[in-house]
Amino acid sequence: MTVPVQVPPSEVVPGRTASHTVRQGSIAWMVLPALVMFVAFAVIPLIGVFALSFTEWNGIGDIRPAGFDSWREVLTDPGLPNALWVTFEVMALSWAFQTPLSLLLGVFLAGKQRYRGVLAVLFFVPLLLSQAAIAITFKALLDPNFGLGAGLGIDFLVQDWLGEPTLALATVVFVVSWQFIPFHTLIYQGAVRQIPVSLYEAAQLDGAGRLRQFFSITLPQLKNTVIASSTLMVIGSLTFFDLIWVLTAGGPGDATRALALDMYIRGFRANLMGPASAIAVILVVVGLLLALALRRLGGGRDAGSQLEGM
Amino acid sequence: MSTVTAPAPTGTRAPEPRTDVRKFLQLNWIGGLGGLFWLVVVILPVYWIVLTSVKTRANYYTTNPLAPPGEISFENYSFVMESGFPRYFANTAIVTLGAVVPAVLISFMAAFAIVRAGDGRFLRSVNLLFLAGLAIPLQAVIIPVYLIIIRLQMYDTLLAIILPSIAFAIPLTVLILSNFIRDVPKELFESMRLDGASEWRTAWSLAFPLTRPALVTVGIYNALTIWNGFLLPLVLTTDPNQRTLPLALWSFQGQYGVNVPAVAAAVVLTTLPILTLYVIGRRQLLSGLTAGFGR
Repeated sequence: MTVPVQVPPSEVVPGRTASHTVRQGSIAWMVLPALVMFVAFAVIPLIGVFALSFTEWNGIGDIRPAGFDSWREVLTDPGLPNALWVTFEVMALSWAFQTPLSLLLGVFLAGKQRYRGVLAVLFFVPLLLSQAAIAITFKALLDPNFGLGAGLGIDFLVQDWLGEPTLALATVVFVVSWQFIPFHTLIYQGAVRQIPVSLYEAAQLDGAGRLRQFFSITLPQLKNTVIASSTLMVIGSLTFFDLIWVLTAGGPGDATRALALDMYIRGFRANLMGPASAIAVILVVVGLLLALALRRLGGGRDAGSQLEGM
Repeated sequence: MSTVTAPAPTGTRAPEPRTDVRKFLQLNWIGGLGGLFWLVVVILPVYWIVLTSVKTRANYYTTNPLAPPGEISFENYSFVMESGFPRYFANTAIVTLGAVVPAVLISFMAAFAIVRAGDGRFLRSVNLLFLAGLAIPLQAVIIPVYLIIIRLQMYDTLLAIILPSIAFAIPLTVLILSNFIRDVPKELFESMRLDGASEWRTAWSLAFPLTRPALVTVGIYNALTIWNGFLLPLVLTTDPNQRTLPLALWSFQGQYGVNVPAVAAAVVLTTLPILTLYVIGRRQLLSGLTAGFGR
């Protein structure tokens, strides 16, 4: 599972135990194994992908410098705007679908009743499954002839879900949400339990009903959680790959060919590693820009410190 | 919303009989309905896949997809078992253990050094590097990782999956563990030092046992991520003997896609180990899932 746990780096203050720390000379080497592994397989590749975008390579033979060829190819290809648009659609729609539902479920499951505990056990199952397993299940489940629609006898469900561009996109959004709503529900459930009970008691004394309490207490208190959860959804949806690849392989046509798929198909199916690297660079840049924008939206550093406190 | 004239003294539950109606109205209807709806949405696919996996092929085409199968058949399961899945299972276990154990150990060492001597310039920059590393998505660097793996002559080996998995587990693991180690009372470190223990010994005999809950949590989170990993095996292996479960599942579906009951059995079989774990250690698992978020 690739739950996107890319919490915006909350500032860790290294100096908190300043007076008691030891001179780094004696133990600094302990950081080396982790540092070497991380540099070798994450930092160097990050620099490498930038470098590779200026080369020509088919994945097997020699790597030759190619200047801006790949960039020219990628930027003039209508495939790029399409991939960006698909990525955006999946991002926006899955956000709009997941946020209200996980908020509602999180608030509901925060209750201490026993049956809600039992429900929670079932709700979180999708999080544990591999995206490949989920995609394969839904692929068969949505089969127009032998799937869910036929089983329930509901005509609306009998459609060529994965064969028609708009429906395929909707299906991707739904299946993505099916897996990740539990994760965000879990976050909201935890946050709701942190809201002081005294606020609700006061509201009840003032005669506020349930809805009123939700909109005047729960929702404002969850503001930072909403921002944090949305950030995870937005940044995470940039890199969706496994699920879409197994479910639709980007099709029909290129209706669900999001950025990560576009990169994989160009690189490992069409053996054009140069242009694929350029797409990967775009992926990184878009991710960074979005993360920065969302941080600003959430009140800058404030959001970070709230995150840490949760 | 009715106006309340005489609120109960405690403000929680009013004792008058008339409140029965109010309590009824105050039930969280929207939440309840949402919960029920989502329960169905979650359960239906799970029910269907288990059901289908015990149907015979002929049965699959003739019975209602949601109706009980009549007779339960395990022929799909034996077919899946004969299609190499024990091997894929072993591969996945090797990759998961082979990545999680070293990842957690070296991250612990790094976290310990960062907490104990983090005001030094070198360690501070390493810490910042790991924090920034949280934002590097695996998908974006998969091409250079592939290049490195073929240059190291490791293509088509389990090690090829293990090494990048370790690297990508490090940032979050270090972050969580260092937050935990920071909570260890400084007096304990100090008394170890006065006893003449080296920092190395302090790390393993003091900090390590005290951070066990966090170690378990990050261990579980990483294990789940790597167990379910798809992209690394997809890009770094082609040999069927080196497949891990999610990739094997995908190939199996590509090969026997028309045999839906067999595919369903494969899905159920590959999911069973995780579900078993979930039943045993639900609390640990869930706290592991939000590991990046808690602490």
